[in-house]
Amino acid sequence: MSSELQAKLHYHPVSIILHWVLGIALVCLFCFGLYMADLPFSPARLKLFNWHKWAGISILGLSVLRLLWRATHPAPPLPTQIEQAMPQWQLKIHHATHIALYALFLIVPLVGWAYTSAAGFPVVLFGQFPLPDLLSPDKALAALIKPWHKFSAFALALLVLLHIAAALKHQLIDRDGLLKRMSLRG
Amino acid sequence: MKLTASIALLTVSAAALSFSGSALAQQKLIPAQSSIGFVTKQMGVPLEGYFKKFDGQISFDTAKPDAAKISFSIDTGSATLGAPESDAELPKAAWFNVAKFPQASFQSSGVKSLGGGKYQISGKLSIKGNSKDVEIPVALTQANGVTSASGQFAIKRLVFKIGEGEWADTSMVADDVQVKFKLAVSGMGKL
Repeated sequence: MSSELQAKLHYHPVSIILHWVLGIALVCLFCFGLYMADLPFSPARLKLFNWHKWAGISILGLSVLRLLWRATHPAPPLPTQIEQAMPQWQLKIHHATHIALYALFLIVPLVGWAYTSAAGFPVVLFGQFPLPDLLSPDKALAALIKPWHKFSAFALALLVLLHIAAALKHQLIDRDGLLKRMSLRG
Repeated sequence: MKLTASIALLTVSAAALSFSGSALAQQKLIPAQSSIGFVTKQMGVPLEGYFKKFDGQISFDTAKPDAAKISFSIDTGSATLGAPESDAELPKAAWFNVAKFPQASFQSSGVKSLGGGKYQISGKLSIKGNSKDVEIPVALTQANGVTSASGQFAIKRLVFKIGEGEWADTSMVADDVQVKFKLAVSGMGKL
């Protein structure tokens, strides 16, 4: 394959870095959230909650940048051979999952931010930079929003699992080398 | 006959007493129109709370500020931060220890006029069995026969041992706490 063709079928290095950094960050933050949610009230819990929010906002920022980057540096199309080997329903899920992932990258932290705003606990990034409230403090609204951060986070987790399972399918079952395009060494 | 006479006498005496020397008459705090609150920071995030129950005894003649006597009693159990989790914490021993110290108090020792309706009240603030001398700046305004006294002053919560043990970490909850108050008082002479 010519290097030009290879480049067309390969993700840009910046895309690759964003993919892995954010992927790992999301998995870590999800586990972090699961752990801290049921802790008894204590200084440690307050600390963890604040770190979780700082990380969440950071991920949100990076995800917005990532989306802008992708808009200006489109993802490589599926190689024709691989595309033809995949049934229609699989292609549909392939595209739908990626769109849903991007949507949830933004929705999950935004809902969290909205919840903490409505609950009366504004985010002060790294303890230094107060962020605006997405919503004005409103106890009733906060109670309504609260479960949705968890629900959307679980939806994201499920899609991540599906994404990983599908990637492994290409790698280990189809053995089509598709993953190379998301590797810096590919 | 005797009964009616006694009642009449009592009534007249009471009336006489209440009209005597407004200079030494007691002012009256209107708790329903007053507020005492506090602000601090939790890892940079502002935390605001207030006390739902308090009362005060005020004897204040603006013509003779140095003769003023002001005392306040605040129900520590009435503190609220507006969130059920934190509110459940506040009465505990590490915080206000409401069971052992149900009241926080302030007792004035002197009042100084700063001019322009502003005064400086010196006194002793006692919380959780710990006392500290404080200087409280107060600004007075008047409308419809009600005097509004407002101001704020800073305290260090650790001085009063509010937030002990694991909660003494000031990187978690700041040591600096701003106490803010707005008190409605009736019976004060014209400013």
